[in-house]
Amino acid sequence: MKKPNNMMLQTLTRLIILIVLSFSIYLLLAGHNSPGGGFIGGLMTASAILILYLSFGLNSIKKVIRLDYIKIIGIGLLFASVTGVVSMVFGFPYLKQFFDYFRLPILGEVELTTALPFDLGVYFVVLASALAIILTIAEDDK
Amino acid sequence: MTLLHWAVLSPFIAAILIPFLYKYLKRIHTGWFVLILPLVLFIYFLSFIPRTSSGEAILNNLDWVPSLGINFNVYVDGLSLLFALLITGIGALVVLYSIYYLSKRKEKLNNFYVYLLMFMGAMLGVVLSDNLIVIYVFWEVTSIASSLLISYWYTREKSIYGAQKSMYITVFGGLSMLAGFSLLYVIAGTFSIRELIANADIVMASGLFIPAMILVLLGAFTKSAQFPFHIWLPDAMEAPTPVSAYLHSATMVKAGIYLVARLTGVFGGAPEWFWIITIAGLVTLTWGSISAVRQKDLKGILAFSTISQLGLIMSLLGTGSAAFYFQDGDNALYMTAILAAVFHLVNHATFKGSLFMAAGIVDHETGTRDIRKLGGLMTIMPITATISLIGLASMAGLPPFNGFLSKEMFLTGMLNVTEYGIFHLETFGFIIPIIAWIASVFTFLYCILMFSKTFMGKFDSSKLKVQHVHEAPIGMLISPIILAVLVVVFGLFPNLLAYSIIEPAMAAIAPGILSPGEFFDVHITHWHGFLAPELWMTIGVVVLGVILFMTFKKWENTAFYRGERDLFNYAYDYGYDGLVKGSQWLTRIQMTGRLRDYFIYMCTFIILIMAYTMYRYNLPAIQSLDLSPVPIYVWFVIAVFIGSVIVIPFINNRVALIIATSVSGFIVALLFVLFRAPDLALTQLLIETVSVILFMLVFYHLPKLKKVKTPPKLKAVKLIISIGFGLIITLGSLSAFSLGQEANYSSISEYYTENAKEEAGGYNIVNVILVDFRGLDTMLEVLVVALAVLTVVSLIRLRFKGSEDV
Repeated sequence: MKKPNNMMLQTLTRLIILIVLSFSIYLLLAGHNSPGGGFIGGLMTASAILILYLSFGLNSIKKVIRLDYIKIIGIGLLFASVTGVVSMVFGFPYLKQFFDYFRLPILGEVELTTALPFDLGVYFVVLASALAIILTIAEDDK
Repeated sequence: MTLLHWAVLSPFIAAILIPFLYKYLKRIHTGWFVLILPLVLFIYFLSFIPRTSSGEAILNNLDWVPSLGINFNVYVDGLSLLFALLITGIGALVVLYSIYYLSKRKEKLNNFYVYLLMFMGAMLGVVLSDNLIVIYVFWEVTSIASSLLISYWYTREKSIYGAQKSMYITVFGGLSMLAGFSLLYVIAGTFSIRELIANADIVMASGLFIPAMILVLLGAFTKSAQFPFHIWLPDAMEAPTPVSAYLHSATMVKAGIYLVARLTGVFGGAPEWFWIITIAGLVTLTWGSISAVRQKDLKGILAFSTISQLGLIMSLLGTGSAAFYFQDGDNALYMTAILAAVFHLVNHATFKGSLFMAAGIVDHETGTRDIRKLGGLMTIMPITATISLIGLASMAGLPPFNGFLSKEMFLTGMLNVTEYGIFHLETFGFIIPIIAWIASVFTFLYCILMFSKTFMGKFDSSKLKVQHVHEAPIGMLISPIILAVLVVVFGLFPNLLAYSIIEPAMAAIAPGILSPGEFFDVHITHWHGFLAPELWMTIGVVVLGVILFMTFKKWENTAFYRGERDLFNYAYDYGYDGLVKGSQWLTRIQMTGRLRDYFIYMCTFIILIMAYTMYRYNLPAIQSLDLSPVPIYVWFVIAVFIGSVIVIPFINNRVALIIATSVSGFIVALLFVLFRAPDLALTQLLIETVSVILFMLVFYHLPKLKKVKTPPKLKAVKLIISIGFGLIITLGSLSAFSLGQEANYSSISEYYTENAKEEAGGYNIVNVILVDFRGLDTMLEVLVVALAVLTVVSLIRLRFKGSEDV
């Protein structure tokens, strides 16, 4: 990849990236009751990180974000499959999800679901998959 | 889960711990830890003897998949106990032997013991399970463990070859056995062996009886190395010697015998069962003993001798199955064969185990197993020589060792066959004892050859790589000495085993022959009197064997003796090559490497299958389409959509192409918005964005778009396929829609709308479906995504550099 030198894009990216990242996390958390969810959230985070790569160049971002995306895929799969096992421990079928309402300090009345860790697993897999594929193709200079 | 279940699973649990023990306690040989398990299990199984010998059987149930009739039911009777004792007893001795055989500094002990324990657990599972499917699962695990152990020294080409061969042959047999089990389920509606035996008359009367029997026997014959599937066993000798002693002579290869013995209650009494097993056994017996004479490798001789002895036991089980034909006949006449089979099974494990270990010692101390290089080791390795002498004498059928007793009994069993008077035995029956006798002559011959070539004659150290040849350390000798002592003890006092081990096993092989409370008469004697034909047959074997050995110089240089390789190997090699070449050819003609060709295949297939379905069920039968009115602006959006798609084939510039495809993608997102599907719209937008970024990133690497000259005919074909594909999808969805309206189906989405809040606590139906209602689908989809990523990454990062043929 050629070294990009685009002032406008870089300045804008700095601004945009925060908004996109926080929106993507909102999408993940709000998914159960309004549009969003692990899949969409993961894709949006991936696109945010991709913008970073695009505007600052592969190598400089690689120094900042030192993540092995393949490992993150594994972690995601683990999240998704282990939440299913938890319900089996209590004698329910695999992947049975539960929910209840709790009163937490500061946040007030909150709905907590076991679907969230499951969705988090999906989020990780989607995020890391998109990044892993695109970066592998981009890095390949043959 | 009862203690018995844990006993079966304990080797697997131990196998998990081995790598840690190996890593953190490097100073102690890992084998010492492993040794504890088979010892404990052996003592535990010994405690069952009082119960099984009184005719009792223990059954512990554990549901696995009850809806499919698959349950992990552990069943202990005389036969399973005999095998469990063999597996754990010989297992303990082999582990002890391996501690001295495999150096803790040079060898990857963790791999070795993990595979060995895996095998032990699987083998216990095979012999202790009452359920055919559970047996099948464990059966395949033994095949895998065996393959892994054969390829233990995986840098040697021969090891890999042997491992592959054993895998192909035994897994082929395993799969056909699974088919046979399924047929049995179709016939009798159960996978439980006890229930099958109880319903044996239903099985017998079914038209599927013969196919089921042949398929099951394929499994048993491949595993027990019966002719012509025996070719994998000699190549399996590439495994370390403890493995050969354990898997490839004492236990795993007897799994087929176990299966035949176990299912005698189901199939026994049918002439086909009788003939197939008897003939296969006799042919194997003869072929194995003749081939063993030609071998020059100590382990090669032992391998073919194992094949031949397995054939012997198999043929006994075949002739003994006639007991089921005469439910109330003269038991002694038929049951002698079964008695001989069980007794010889025990004896073979003892003498063959000790022989393998002795061969391993010779290999370990001299560095070779080639009998042309060996000789004169008697004075150098006196203990090993004694052990071998006892083992070989027993195998050759000489008194007073245990092999003599079972060999005589084998001859009795074969002679009895001529008196059965069924299955046309009155005309052909006389051949059976003659074949048995000829095979015994060759057995005797290779036994003398093996001993004289290794231990007698002149010691020539110039042929050996090792400088100072000496006796093995005492630790290595313990196991073969124990086995050799057993050979002598069982030979002198055979009735030690008679009612504790052998009779219960016989009763388990032939259930229903005895009325409750009765026992088979098991009295093993050395002497049957001067007029007994067995005595004269044995004398004949010895005389002819000695004559052949004396004239060895004469036929030493014949082509028969020179060639070593079994002829059937050529069939395997040709078949294997053909398979590889055939599949390469098949791949090459359709895998062009061009995406557009694959699209043609896929679309054509979808068109054909949908067109056929429509034709077959008189579709499209669109009676009425009750559609809601389409607003004018939606028509406009769709027009843009169609326009963006139509221009794509005519664009020659890549940037323009990307933009055109993106337009169609974004318009789909827009349509989702119009139809109030925010989740889908969001997803579609993001996908489009991410793929545009991907294009930007790879843009730099892509080659220039070339104008490909397509012949007009092909162009027309492509056009037809494209139009046909669009047409068929449109027609399909329209008819589905119309059908739903006519039949007044309620849509599944209504269920979700109603229950999303109550059942799953979420308002977003799409998300609730994804994470809750159809959670397993999502789980597996995510898994597919992950696998796809791994594929892409490995394809790109690890791709071939040159023009390798894949």
